Amino acid sequence: MDTFRVLVVDDEEDFLETVVKRLEKRGIEAVGVKSGEEALDTMKQKLFDVVVLDIKMPGGMDGIQALREMKRIQPLTEVVLLTGHASVETSIEGMRLGAFDYLLKPIKLEELMAKLGDAFEKKDAHEQKIRKAKIKELVRFPGRVFQQEKEEE
Amino acid sequence: MKTKFYIRLQRKIILITLLVSIAPLITLGATIYYQFARMYKEKVEQQIRYRSAAQAQAVDLFLKERTAILGAMADTHKLHDMIDENYLADIFEVMNNRAGAFVDLGVISNAGRHLAYVGPYDLKGLDYYQQPWFGVVMRKGVYISDVYMGYRKSPHFIIAVRRQEGLNTWILRATIDPEIFGAIVRSAQVGKTGDAFIVDQAGVFQTQPRFNGGILTDAHLNTTLFGTGTTVIEQPNPQGRETLYAGTWLRNGAWLLVIAQEPAEEMAELFATRAMEVAIVGIGLLAIVLTVVFTTRLTVNRLRETDKRMNELNAQLVQSDKLAALGKMAAGVAHEINNPLAVILQKTGWMSDLLEEEAFKESENYEEYKTALDKIEEHVERARKVVHGMLGYARKMEPRSEQVEINETLNQTIALLENYARNNNIEVFRDFASELPVIASDQSRLQQVFLNLITNAIDAIGNDGEIHVKSRATGSTIVVDVTDNGPGISKEDQKKVFDPFFTTKETGKGSGLGLWVSYDIIKKMGGDISVTSDPGKGTTFTVELPVITTQQG
Repeated sequence: MDTFRVLVVDDEEDFLETVVKRLEKRGIEAVGVKSGEEALDTMKQKLFDVVVLDIKMPGGMDGIQALREMKRIQPLTEVVLLTGHASVETSIEGMRLGAFDYLLKPIKLEELMAKLGDAFEKKDAHEQKIRKAKIKELVRFPGRVFQQEKEEE
Repeated sequence: MKTKFYIRLQRKIILITLLVSIAPLITLGATIYYQFARMYKEKVEQQIRYRSAAQAQAVDLFLKERTAILGAMADTHKLHDMIDENYLADIFEVMNNRAGAFVDLGVISNAGRHLAYVGPYDLKGLDYYQQPWFGVVMRKGVYISDVYMGYRKSPHFIIAVRRQEGLNTWILRATIDPEIFGAIVRSAQVGKTGDAFIVDQAGVFQTQPRFNGGILTDAHLNTTLFGTGTTVIEQPNPQGRETLYAGTWLRNGAWLLVIAQEPAEEMAELFATRAMEVAIVGIGLLAIVLTVVFTTRLTVNRLRETDKRMNELNAQLVQSDKLAALGKMAAGVAHEINNPLAVILQKTGWMSDLLEEEAFKESENYEEYKTALDKIEEHVERARKVVHGMLGYARKMEPRSEQVEINETLNQTIALLENYARNNNIEVFRDFASELPVIASDQSRLQQVFLNLITNAIDAIGNDGEIHVKSRATGSTIVVDVTDNGPGISKEDQKKVFDPFFTTKETGKGSGLGLWVSYDIIKKMGGDISVTSDPGKGTTFTVELPVITTQQG
């Protein structure tokens, strides 16, 4: 499989920059952006496996709104929420809207990595399921058997 | 200081109520008391006034009758017949038969010589010329004397009439029996203390009184106090007892007939009534006082309880308000601290990452750097724990609703801590009620609370002691008591145990958040947590959980 792509969204530049650097050091293709709007722009151009989204950002689009848009643009991309305590309720709201999970700041990179792994696994499983469903659909149309076999490889 | 207020209030109410209810009663009682006495006295006064007047009339009549008989005898007989003592004795007999009360009868010449005499004394031949009465009778024609001793040396009085027989004048004189006269006067005596007697103008007894002296002795009565008709005066008798005297003048003011009566005797009935009245008023007063005191006490005590309950509620309200406000503040602070902590953690992580590169590993200070970075990370972790603890959230934020068996939860919690307790030589006793209802709650949260309480109990005891964990059902709640026999908590500190950052543990050992978080958790579950402590004996934390059963089971 090709590289693991992660988009990190956080308004705290010091945090953003460092996390991105550290993720890259671990072989992850990480992109950092400072706002919800920027994140959505980036996602329109590039596919990501997981988005790490700080749910509480001053000004502009709020986390929940951004989450909604993200799920619309890239429905298969998993979103891990980052939160301080004040926004726990928002995080739960986010879970309902399809976020994978949330993490409490401050986080250790190891925790984040583990969570990203889980999220990726889920995404992968999800994709597989969709692929299988597609294949099943093809099975129902015998004329496409060849195509099915090719995909299975 | 509070107690004083209620005592004062109670006193005020009692005083006012008593004043309002007792004053009219006493006024009424006193009015009846004195009015009765006045009426009675008036009645007694009237009675003796009437008796005095009636008796005076009777005595006057007696004297007039005697005078009339004597006058008739003198007018119808001649002197030369009268000086015959046998003749005189016949007349004396007729007089005594008709009227009685005559002791003797004598004929006296106009020169004062006793010409003839019938009677028990030997008075014949005596010369009365110098006697004062002689002059009066010669001048006025009729004379009734005061009581005097005279020649016979025994108290008596006389009636004398003058007879003009041609040119000659003579006097017929009779002595009235003082016994009979006295008896007539005394017939007006009534009761045990009543007296009836006659005094002259100087206040000397003319008849034998019942008490206080004898005939011709001083009656100690100021006769000038008595006016015309019948007068009633009140003065103490020689024994000092209040006495009513009703006096009526006789014989044109020469004698005073007196009826004396101690009103006390007549008023005995009144006194009985009075005593009854006083008793009734007294019983009434007692009843009022008792009722007022009793009801006021009851009222004030009720008030006191209500106030106390209100104060407690207020205190609880203040406490939860305070904690809610602190919670909000803590949440804000947590966010502000968490962000810089996140940056520090990432920066440190980045430095550690870089340190692993070849070039740095060669550096002679490599170990120092590594240790320093680890330390920074460790302390960020510590700060993070404090902030997380402050909010009381572990991983999942929203309390879950699951089937919880309290006894099971307690068992698990105690199992976690049993080793720790044993190491400190502390025994944990379980006293669980069987068949507690299964409630819908959040097991891990409850475990966190019980863990906090039991850990605190162990830490409070230190070494050697007992912890009792007790569960029981009270209908609408399940109650868990965690009791230790540690040093206890002072009254001051009891108020603060649920405040955040309040700890008595040494710095670094306790965050002071455990109980605060427990409080928050239990309150959010709709329960209650409280502390009672007896300094020196131990402490009990009580958790009350509402019995809520899940809808889906």
